[in-house]
Amino acid sequence: MIKKTGNLNKNKIISRRLFVLVAAKIGLLGIVTSRLYNLQISEKQKYEVLSDKNRIREWKTPPQRGIITDYFNNVIADNQRVYQVHLSLEEVSNFNNSIFKLKNIISLKEDEIKKIYEKKEKSNPWDTLIISENLSWKEFSKLNLYLHELDGAKPVLSTSRYYPYSNDLVHVVGYVGDATTQDIQNKKKIEENFVPGLKVGKIGIENSKDTDLIGNHGTKRYEVNASGKKISEISYNKETQGENLRTTIDLEIQQLAQELLKNKAGSICVMDIYTGEVITMASSPTYDPNKFTHGISTKDWNEIKNNKLRPLLNKSLAGLYSPGSTIKPLVALAALEYGIIDKKFKVNCKGHDHPYELYGERYHCWKKNGHGLMSMRNAIKQSCDIYFYEVARLLGVDKLSLIAKRYGLGSKVLEDFFSEEKKGIVPSTKWKIQVLEQSWYLGETVITGIGQGYIQTTPLQLCLMTAQLANGGFKIKPKLIYDKEIDLDKIKSKIESEKNKSVSQNILKDHEFKHYERLYRNPNNLKLVLDAMYGSTNEQFGTSFRSRHKEDKYKFAGKTGTSQVKRITDQDRELDLDLEEIEYKSRDHALFIAFAPYDKPRYSLSVLIEHGGSGSKAAAPLANKLIKKILDRHELREKIRKDLKNIA
Amino acid sequence: MILSTSLNSSSYSFFDKLKAVDYFLILIVAIIGSISVVSIYSTESGNFSFYTKNHLTRFLVFFSMFLVLSFVRVSVWYRQAYIFYILGILLLLLVIFFGISASGSKRWINFFIMNLQPSELMKIAIIVCFARYYHRIQSSDIQSYKYLLQPIILLLIPCYLVITQPDLGTAILIAGSGLAIIWLAGLNLKYFVYSGLILLVSLPFAISFLKPYQKSRILTFFNPDRDPLGAGYQIIQSKIAIGSGGFLGKGFLQGTQSYLEFLPEKHTDFIFTLFSEEFGFVGSMVLILLYALLIYRIIRIGFSSRSFFAKLYCFGFASGLFLYIFVNIAMVLGLLPIVGAPLPIMSYGGSSMLSIMLGLSIVMSCKIYSRDPISN
Repeated sequence: MIKKTGNLNKNKIISRRLFVLVAAKIGLLGIVTSRLYNLQISEKQKYEVLSDKNRIREWKTPPQRGIITDYFNNVIADNQRVYQVHLSLEEVSNFNNSIFKLKNIISLKEDEIKKIYEKKEKSNPWDTLIISENLSWKEFSKLNLYLHELDGAKPVLSTSRYYPYSNDLVHVVGYVGDATTQDIQNKKKIEENFVPGLKVGKIGIENSKDTDLIGNHGTKRYEVNASGKKISEISYNKETQGENLRTTIDLEIQQLAQELLKNKAGSICVMDIYTGEVITMASSPTYDPNKFTHGISTKDWNEIKNNKLRPLLNKSLAGLYSPGSTIKPLVALAALEYGIIDKKFKVNCKGHDHPYELYGERYHCWKKNGHGLMSMRNAIKQSCDIYFYEVARLLGVDKLSLIAKRYGLGSKVLEDFFSEEKKGIVPSTKWKIQVLEQSWYLGETVITGIGQGYIQTTPLQLCLMTAQLANGGFKIKPKLIYDKEIDLDKIKSKIESEKNKSVSQNILKDHEFKHYERLYRNPNNLKLVLDAMYGSTNEQFGTSFRSRHKEDKYKFAGKTGTSQVKRITDQDRELDLDLEEIEYKSRDHALFIAFAPYDKPRYSLSVLIEHGGSGSKAAAPLANKLIKKILDRHELREKIRKDLKNIA
Repeated sequence: MILSTSLNSSSYSFFDKLKAVDYFLILIVAIIGSISVVSIYSTESGNFSFYTKNHLTRFLVFFSMFLVLSFVRVSVWYRQAYIFYILGILLLLLVIFFGISASGSKRWINFFIMNLQPSELMKIAIIVCFARYYHRIQSSDIQSYKYLLQPIILLLIPCYLVITQPDLGTAILIAGSGLAIIWLAGLNLKYFVYSGLILLVSLPFAISFLKPYQKSRILTFFNPDRDPLGAGYQIIQSKIAIGSGGFLGKGFLQGTQSYLEFLPEKHTDFIFTLFSEEFGFVGSMVLILLYALLIYRIIRIGFSSRSFFAKLYCFGFASGLFLYIFVNIAMVLGLLPIVGAPLPIMSYGGSSMLSIMLGLSIVMSCKIYSRDPISN
């Protein structure tokens, strides 16, 4: 009985205690439920993203570079099929072993292997390593033969940059190479589209237009498991090719120019005097850009770097030279514009026995026996120094500087298109005080009058200067990439309307000119100068008379220049050595500027031969051949221009 | 041996017994069992291979065992309770000498047909043992020191043996279910409060005795990002899997976290994670509801039982079962540290399945022989 009550009591207790436990269980169940709700409903998105991040891995596929052509659609920078071997790191069981096997099959050099190991250090375990970028067909087929022994190795057909006209265009087109950390930091487009092995432009158009040329990388998304093994492809966002670029270059003229410059150091520039299209921009010596695509060898690099004629220097726009006598038409124009002289103004050139004297300093003409009494036209034609000493003295360096700058000297021709382009120097009294912190001497004005002294120009600037003289004195916009917005007819009609505008009071003051705006005060002044240049080439005693074309349609006008590399001493003058007798480095630079055809000017050009001797002997004869080619190709070029216009 | 003693069932006809069976409970177990087979099948990416075959076989064998053993008289379990406990302790001792080691702990004995994990059996043994222990004690005696100390010793022995294997999770579950029965038996609340306080105070010392991996698991629990690729990996991946399952889940065999092998231990401790990833919030709630129904049925059986032993056992087992389920789910949800506790019936593992089915068969026995007024 006692037991019974005990049990009853116990039953009561157990029920109560159970009630507490069940309540606790319900509470705990509530916690679990709310946690599930929290994870699966409130924060679902967050965990979905995390889950996708787990299972989806992206691989970038390299973009294809846009193709570069010349004006006539000749491909000058192409994409070529190459054979490569890649190593998929996640599939490699023993890296050292794989490299050892590969080394025997595709003949890897020690330094290449070193680079591969360096690359591997920086890679993720799921990355693909490019072991060799450019295998020969023989190596490639051998690789395929032994493929079963090489875990992770993949023969890949890829594309890489190829320059069909190797040396001829390197200073225009440039070359590509592996993207460096700096490249990636500097250009957002590179950063966005970077994949291992991506080639980016290093110099030239390849560099300037990298953003357009690169294209967009593709994305392959794979589902991967926890150990990173690819399970299936989820999506493939295909890579796109970069923009194709048409340059304004005429391949044939460029090639001829390079041919003419062969074995010389120098530059040839050709420009359309209305559209500003750079038709040729040759620089010599050159080098093969194809060598850089897959990394240049030390030997090749040293060969290029140590060449005394400096092939790496783009002489057309980064080479600085005294313009010499090629500045004379500009000096004459400046003096006419400011009314310092008129066409009848004469100076007597009496030879070395009676040089030009200023404050005890003596200035000689290049002609030993003197030119005699020189008018402006004759002084340009025969390139009399004494005449220009006097004109420069009368004009003053600041007015000369103003006009020189107006016609294109002292600033970058292609603006910031090429990072290596130089501004040059057009000196003035202000410039000398600011830069050299010295006051100007009149003697310096005198030698500036014949393009010596502080004045420094690039061949491309001289070409632009000639163009802006030849087109009748209008500012043009030089360019290297074809631009459908620039229309020849529109430019011509704009120029026509400019001609009839009344001259503003400020025309002779320093001010900014817009494109296609007139640069002169009196059109007759320009005509005088251009006519004198005609005389220089087409009349007897003209400095480039021997390089003239007799046929009317090829007739051109030009101006020679000889730029002194060092000061001519009285002893030099006495010796009067032949070119071959002077040490190469001490020889004068030969220059020539010209425009053609004379009666209806359309093209301007500049020729520079480093240490070539005199302009009339070394530079002007090249212009003769070049101008024939340029004018022969004129019709074809105009046809393309019309076609392109119609397409647009 | 056990069966022979149960032949003496004079007052129950076979038909009575069949009528007394809780078919609803059997149905729930069968449903959970089916879900478990489907889930294990999914862990193998839909291949009917090793784990699925094994799990299905075990489920069928032990489910049948459950049905057969249900007809063992509850008085038999009562009488053999201490034997069961001693057998459990002996097996645990045997583990020390003949146990098989896996991943750093020694928990199993090779019995040819299966590797038995005695600690799993101990989970049931302790409930049976305590049910009998308290069955005979007068309610007035329960608070005495003698009857307080005895069960504590009975509880500490297996817990110690299991902790040293080491298997903290199972030890906690054994201790938890033991304490649940002591609570149900009516031990004064103050003892629980006191021991709770003592535990809290001694916790720092206890932690110093933990193995480095156990410590790191606990530290990781508080901050899984501490070591996302090491100790925190499991819980981070588990939460990602469950969370990304969303409301309706990714679909059967579509659980990317598990089939791409981001999920560790997916057959065993993390089976709920896989299930939850594939069947979402809805599926998880259905599964939890099934477990709740199972527990409810067990408690109901306890209420309808005449004997105190049966009541205590049923309530105790229900509490134990709840504890196993709660600890497992809370663990994979990141609510508790990862201690290594399987989800009853769902998780792959023979011993766990065996002990749960055994426990259920005793419950069913309580139901069939509910009129038995067990006495000494």
